[in-house]
Amino acid sequence: MDLVVFVLASAMVIAGALGVVVFRNPVHAALGLVLTLFGVAVHFVAMEAHFLAAVQVIVYAGAIVVLFLFVIMLLGVDRAEDLSIEPIPIQRPLAAVVGAGTVVLVGTAVVRTRDTIARGPELEASGDSNIRLLARNLFSDQVLAFELTSVLLIVAVAGTVLLTRKQKRRPEHDGGGS
Amino acid sequence: MTVAPGSSALSLVAVDPLLDGGLRWTPLLIVGLKVLVIFVLGLVGTMFMVWFERKVVAGMQNRVGPNKAGPFGILQTLADGTKLFFKEILSPAKSDPWIFRLAPFLAFVPAFLVWSVIPLGGDFTEGRDGTVTWFGEVTRVQLADPPIGILLVLALSSVAVYGVMLAGWSSGSKYPLLGSVRATAQMISYEAALGLSLAAVLLTAGTLSTSGIVAGQASLSNWNIVATGFVPFAVFLVAVTAELNRPPFDLVEAEQELVGGFHTEYSGIPFALFYLAEFMNTITMSAIVVTLFLGGPQPITIGETTLSIGFLPGALEGTVWFVLKLLIFLYVFVWLRATLPRLRYDQLMDLGWKVMIPISLGWFLLLAAIRVGDANDWNPVAVVVISLVGLGLGYLMFSAALRVSARNREREGAMF
Repeated sequence: MDLVVFVLASAMVIAGALGVVVFRNPVHAALGLVLTLFGVAVHFVAMEAHFLAAVQVIVYAGAIVVLFLFVIMLLGVDRAEDLSIEPIPIQRPLAAVVGAGTVVLVGTAVVRTRDTIARGPELEASGDSNIRLLARNLFSDQVLAFELTSVLLIVAVAGTVLLTRKQKRRPEHDGGGS
Repeated sequence: MTVAPGSSALSLVAVDPLLDGGLRWTPLLIVGLKVLVIFVLGLVGTMFMVWFERKVVAGMQNRVGPNKAGPFGILQTLADGTKLFFKEILSPAKSDPWIFRLAPFLAFVPAFLVWSVIPLGGDFTEGRDGTVTWFGEVTRVQLADPPIGILLVLALSSVAVYGVMLAGWSSGSKYPLLGSVRATAQMISYEAALGLSLAAVLLTAGTLSTSGIVAGQASLSNWNIVATGFVPFAVFLVAVTAELNRPPFDLVEAEQELVGGFHTEYSGIPFALFYLAEFMNTITMSAIVVTLFLGGPQPITIGETTLSIGFLPGALEGTVWFVLKLLIFLYVFVWLRATLPRLRYDQLMDLGWKVMIPISLGWFLLLAAIRVGDANDWNPVAVVVISLVGLGLGYLMFSAALRVSARNREREGAMF
């Protein structure tokens, strides 16, 4: 049963990831990303991390990819672009190198540590014990990192607003416009 | 992952006492029966809701409403549905064929799945915990009781956004696109207020599971509408109305501006699915409000006395209470539709971001402060006063910031 779930979820993740790369239409690519995120959520459920699965769907699928789609729809870039024109010539070979490097790194990590990964304590499947553990950890040991992350997010939001605001330096008598 | 085979994969749906132990026939049959009953009830309930809405709105507008098919026109929805199923399914030339076909299901499936976590009944009389015994098995009157409970509802509502969004985009036409952009912006904006007022309930209940939330509301003073001090309830109700795109927040399908909104280009069965999803969402969201704030299937208990319907068996009584409470909210939604004019778009966004989110966040902080004070034996009056002063200062700064930005915009001559 575990194996079936694992294979199905992994197939979802990989199919979605391939879709992101292969599809020419940005909206289809974004939907491929959603499939990947759902696959990861299924993996979380299979590992008893229900809260993470729910948060994965709510935050990533529900907010972030919706935002992607929103931008795609609003900017009207939802037509397949002409891929023969290369804006930054070096990016394709660079992407190939980085991709291959990542595969090698992750593969090596898996092979070398497969016997030494410590098995964590067995989690209880029932009730809110998982969430309580997570909360206690997050708000006691990791509280500094948590606060710093929220500061980072605030800075990012403020920076975005500042960057996208058009500073209009106009003479005093100019009133109209839109 | 060394848990017993089967248990880890099922554990999202299996905290119900029914599914403890191995795979046996009786629990399997009971689960199948529950699925069937919920499916049929969901569809029949939606049919009833469409009829109810048309009839009540007609009454408020001094019309007769549907009155031909069946007694009081109650079969009108069935007739309309049958008609829709025989219509041709058109798809526009510029549409994106795959996504155009996928979108109705993305709207419809989450609407149905929400039913699975709502406690629809159960025996709560005399302090029982809501379990019932069917065919010798102890179970709850709800399809699934996952530990993440109410978060599943939020996750499903965030999936439902895709249905609306992709329907509008894939139609390849202007009005649906405008409608879906509006819908998405509105749903995302109000999800924050929804989540924050939900957090107030979770803070009081101390659990995410829906059956746990219901079990914690044993008497009237424990109902979350009282225990959280009414404000989260009001915010939740308004946010839910906006989430559902129902009047007065129905800019998404404002007929005068957008033809039909995101489902303009749909016909036949796909349109029926959107329509069904919309009305089913109204019912399920009302059920969520009842579960979170009004004790779900709990009978009304004031102090020691319980208003009990004596002649009914305990499990059925829970369902009767649940349906009665549900009907109140269904009526409220219809009432709002018949009486309130639609908001302007800037009013909608102002209400969401500048009123609802600050209020629900402030109230959440206040409730948290009171709880912390309770745990540490601080003087409750001082805690409340200090929190209110802090929140008031925050609000003053917030409104000052709003005023400054409004003045800046005026100077720049922007439109809003």
